[in-house]
Amino acid sequence: MMSYSYLLTEYFPLVIFISIAGVIGLMLLVAPFVFSYRRPDTEKLSAYECGFDAFSDSRMKFDIRFYLVSILFIIFDLEVAFLFPWAAAFEDVGLFGFWSMILFLCILTVGFIYEWKKGALEWD
Amino acid sequence: MHDFYPHNVERVSVLLVAFQSVLILVSLLVLIAFLLYADRKVWAAVQLRRGPNVVGPFGLLQSFADLLKFALKEPVIPSGANKFVFLLAPLVMSISALSAWAVIPFSEGWVISDLNVGILYIFAMSSLGVYGVILGGWASNSKYAFLGALRSAAQMVSYEVSIGLVIISVLLCVGSLNLTEIIQAQRTGLAVWLGLPWLSFLNWFWLPLFPLFIIFFISALSETNRPPFDLPEAESELVAGFMVEYSSTPYLLFMLGEYVAIVMMCALTTILFLGGWLPLLDIAPLNWVPGIVWFILKLWLVFFMFAIVKAFVPRYRYDQLMRLGWKVFLPLSLLMLFIVAGVRQYMLLPA
Repeated sequence: MMSYSYLLTEYFPLVIFISIAGVIGLMLLVAPFVFSYRRPDTEKLSAYECGFDAFSDSRMKFDIRFYLVSILFIIFDLEVAFLFPWAAAFEDVGLFGFWSMILFLCILTVGFIYEWKKGALEWD
Repeated sequence: MHDFYPHNVERVSVLLVAFQSVLILVSLLVLIAFLLYADRKVWAAVQLRRGPNVVGPFGLLQSFADLLKFALKEPVIPSGANKFVFLLAPLVMSISALSAWAVIPFSEGWVISDLNVGILYIFAMSSLGVYGVILGGWASNSKYAFLGALRSAAQMVSYEVSIGLVIISVLLCVGSLNLTEIIQAQRTGLAVWLGLPWLSFLNWFWLPLFPLFIIFFISALSETNRPPFDLPEAESELVAGFMVEYSSTPYLLFMLGEYVAIVMMCALTTILFLGGWLPLLDIAPLNWVPGIVWFILKLWLVFFMFAIVKAFVPRYRYDQLMRLGWKVFLPLSLLMLFIVAGVRQYMLLPA
């Protein structure tokens, strides 16, 4: 079992590191608001659209395929998440672990072939 | 109470860790300033130009001049933008990219936090960069930014899958998620079996896992929006993608996050495939060189490949990019995963 001291020695430095990275980022972000010259006007603050006034709302409809990509991504990234512990414990799970994971991968491969045949991966 | 304050709490000296973190972050940022300069010089050399050569000797201080210029420019926040999210996005991008460096072992034991799930942490942190892209594109309230963010996110997400599968294959050869152990596992390998243990560069994973090395390198290019996959910033199509509305240091933070992520991918390639801090040849003068020197040299080599690819490969079209990610790299890395697992199980070879 993992002890608190392990958590403290390994994860506490991580917290410090991330907060220092945050401080550096925040300092850079705030710097121009403190130091630099600012004179905003309506034209300067309008959304960039090649010099025209915006024709329509920019929160517009977009292609359904972006949803498809994200759904496919979730499936495969979950698969990867399941594979991590298997890869780490490969020596310990033995032949049974090996074949059950191969079965899992085969099912996913069948799913992948189905997606391909259905044209979910087409982009034109 | 006792459990929360164990005996070795004194050893975790907060000040020491803070000092080390500042040291790593500052040297990383300085390294990136010079790598940016090197990137531009390589690009210029390929195109028979001179590149930056005005600020400082040979233009070496160009990146620092750029930093000053960024910090002194007027920050513009569009009136239609969601101001909080608009400023949060670059911060998310840069912090997530910088945080991943906490677990990188620069040499034996030279690491802020030697996590037992190091590679998972890096994977998680580099995935968080997508949030910066989506938030920035949405908060800008501009069509160019919105479309750029969608394309960028879809691209980053697509190649993350094959990167994940490649990492799993490497982990199968190591049996640990700890980055130090991944490097230590590359001490033995092909060269040792050949009876030539001093040829240690043959021990590293790039050779037995060669197709994966190539897949990882190309996916890393795409994951970090580097040319030839720089579609999010394709200036002739989408102006500057999700960064259109950004100016001054918010823009700088996006660029910084991007370059930190690129160097991170170089470091990851070094660790997973090029033996990290291990010397090139395990013979007398070479293995006296400290590990950090080898690590930085290999990192530079991978970055040089990144720079060269940028200089002479034409940009991909978006549908070609998606086809390459989903129809070529994903099946290939899946197939390699089957092969690596089978070889590990039935031939009992360590790698």
